[in-house]
Amino acid sequence: MSSGSGSLPRYIAQRLLLMIPMIWLIVTMVFILLRVAPGDPVTAAVGGKLNEEALDARRAALGLDRPLIVQYLDYLGDIATLDFGKTISDNRPITSIIVDNGGATLSLTIGAFAFALLMGIPLGLLAGRYRDSAGDVVIRIFGVVSYAAPIFFIGLLMQIWVAGPLGLPTSDIASPITKFQVEPVTHILLLDAIIAGDTESTVDVLKHHVLPCFTLGLLLSGVFIRLVRVNLLMTLKGDYVEAARARGIPERYVIRRHAFRNALVPVITVLGLQVALTLSGALLTESTFNWPGLGTQLIDYLTARDYAAVQGLVTFFAVVVVVVSLLVDVINAAIDPRVRY
Amino acid sequence: MLNRLLAPFRNTTGLARWILVTGIVITIAFVVMAVFAPWLAPLDFNQQKVDGVKLPKLAAPSDDYWFGTSDQFYDVFSRVIWGARTALVVVTLSVLFSVLIGVPLGLISGFVGGWTDRMLVFVMDALYAFPTLLLAIVFSFLLRDALGGGVTAAALSLTVIYIPQYFRVVRNTTVSARESTYVEAARAIGAKNSSIMGRYLFGNVIQSVPVIGTLNAADAIGTLAALGFLGFGIQPNEASEWGYDLNRALDDASSGIWWTALFPGLAIVFLITGLTLVGEGLNETVNPSLRKRRIRKVEMPPNEPTTALVEGRTR
Repeated sequence: MSSGSGSLPRYIAQRLLLMIPMIWLIVTMVFILLRVAPGDPVTAAVGGKLNEEALDARRAALGLDRPLIVQYLDYLGDIATLDFGKTISDNRPITSIIVDNGGATLSLTIGAFAFALLMGIPLGLLAGRYRDSAGDVVIRIFGVVSYAAPIFFIGLLMQIWVAGPLGLPTSDIASPITKFQVEPVTHILLLDAIIAGDTESTVDVLKHHVLPCFTLGLLLSGVFIRLVRVNLLMTLKGDYVEAARARGIPERYVIRRHAFRNALVPVITVLGLQVALTLSGALLTESTFNWPGLGTQLIDYLTARDYAAVQGLVTFFAVVVVVVSLLVDVINAAIDPRVRY
Repeated sequence: MLNRLLAPFRNTTGLARWILVTGIVITIAFVVMAVFAPWLAPLDFNQQKVDGVKLPKLAAPSDDYWFGTSDQFYDVFSRVIWGARTALVVVTLSVLFSVLIGVPLGLISGFVGGWTDRMLVFVMDALYAFPTLLLAIVFSFLLRDALGGGVTAAALSLTVIYIPQYFRVVRNTTVSARESTYVEAARAIGAKNSSIMGRYLFGNVIQSVPVIGTLNAADAIGTLAALGFLGFGIQPNEASEWGYDLNRALDDASSGIWWTALFPGLAIVFLITGLTLVGEGLNETVNPSLRKRRIRKVEMPPNEPTTALVEGRTR
């Protein structure tokens, strides 16, 4: 901690500085991509509905009649103040979309991670502990298949064969009545229902979460199984495990006390690396279960050919990925001093 | 040549060989489906009528329609077979494109160094940090206007997301190979930069490309299907695509109709699994640190030298 180059604050500062050009580049790429696209954004989004004068007025209001470089600098300034612009088709601020729909995506993702950890870690430990046994082979095949199976296919199978017998809903985050009754406070419906003290609504929201979270969790669990298994195999080869054995400590203690704990440390790193995968997975899960999150919003605006909305949402996603990766790296550096050098 | 092709088999034993063989068998099955689709599939991918009579809507699997029919009066079995052709064509094109762009870029970036290198690494890192599906969606959304919703547009949208991987690997290998003795020797005899890159470096940095290629192909199958599922992939009038079929199946799911979802979905799972297994198998044989070589039995000479001599002669 004392030596200058290895200190945690310095590491964080370095990473933060590196993050800024990365975000700038991504923002610029998104801007260029969506501006070189053929066709004019306003015509694409609301072309059929308005006459030429109204379209011009709309362009002027959005600042699209200005030179590209001015628009670009303006956009950079907006992003710096966390303003992601407004949609063209329904003139809605992107920030309000993020606030209204982000909660659904957040609770879906957190639930999915819970499922993934609950399934992935025990299975990975089991497979690593009894290497090359029949159980190991079965768990590894499960790992490969859960990774190979498209998330929307698993979701479809759940809707066809699992939802009916278990009486679970297959669409949306809550029933219309619940949505109507619960007052939005945090914009995370599950929390809002709990805050309102409404048991019936809470149960309803929870039920709606089960299948989407499980489906997304299954995809992520494959990653954890592979990782935990390989890590356990590595730690079991370690000198300190050998030393523990040599001291006559029973095998199950060696495994539980010495090997398991160290095998679980890299899981945090991988959580960070999975941010992008989780985001893609959430997008597909939301489309499969008609989930009112940011993913369905993005798809809706893409279908409506609303360039401004797409630009804002894609930029937001990219920023989230970069920031979360940074956070995970920092946590990792705090836990494991070897990371920062 | 044949020897080198078969090397991965001979170098592996047990599980690794089993993984490779299973993967190859599955992949070949799909290649056969793709190549012979017109003969294997009873109907065309967008054929709704046989002899002027419309197919039944959403009929359960039967002797006439092995995998049933869809809500658009299509034969699900035929669409699954034709889908193999679409998937393999798109994925082959996209892997080819990304190798053709990514490998030279990586080679130049690693060899030239300096600002060119730094800029390219920066751009590629940014692309790499981006969620791949999102990138593919944005590109297919943009390319659709220019190229239509066909095979080329889909292949190009996938290409973009895989270029950084080849770039990274090739660039890093080039950077370390640049300083090696054989490159120095080539310089000493007056070889031009272009021939150092083309002749000396290329052969050495290209070795890891087949492994990445197969694993990318597996990933690309999933991404293509995801694009189709979200409605940004290949348009239904262009070709049969499994992801699009699964999107259509979403409406059937609530009424308990399983055949429109199960068969295209299984096709995706099998093809991805097959390609992943080939990639993993290749990786274990190409990557020496993962390889478990078969240990040749050492035969100790027997105590009496005379018997050994006799045996040696008779053999």
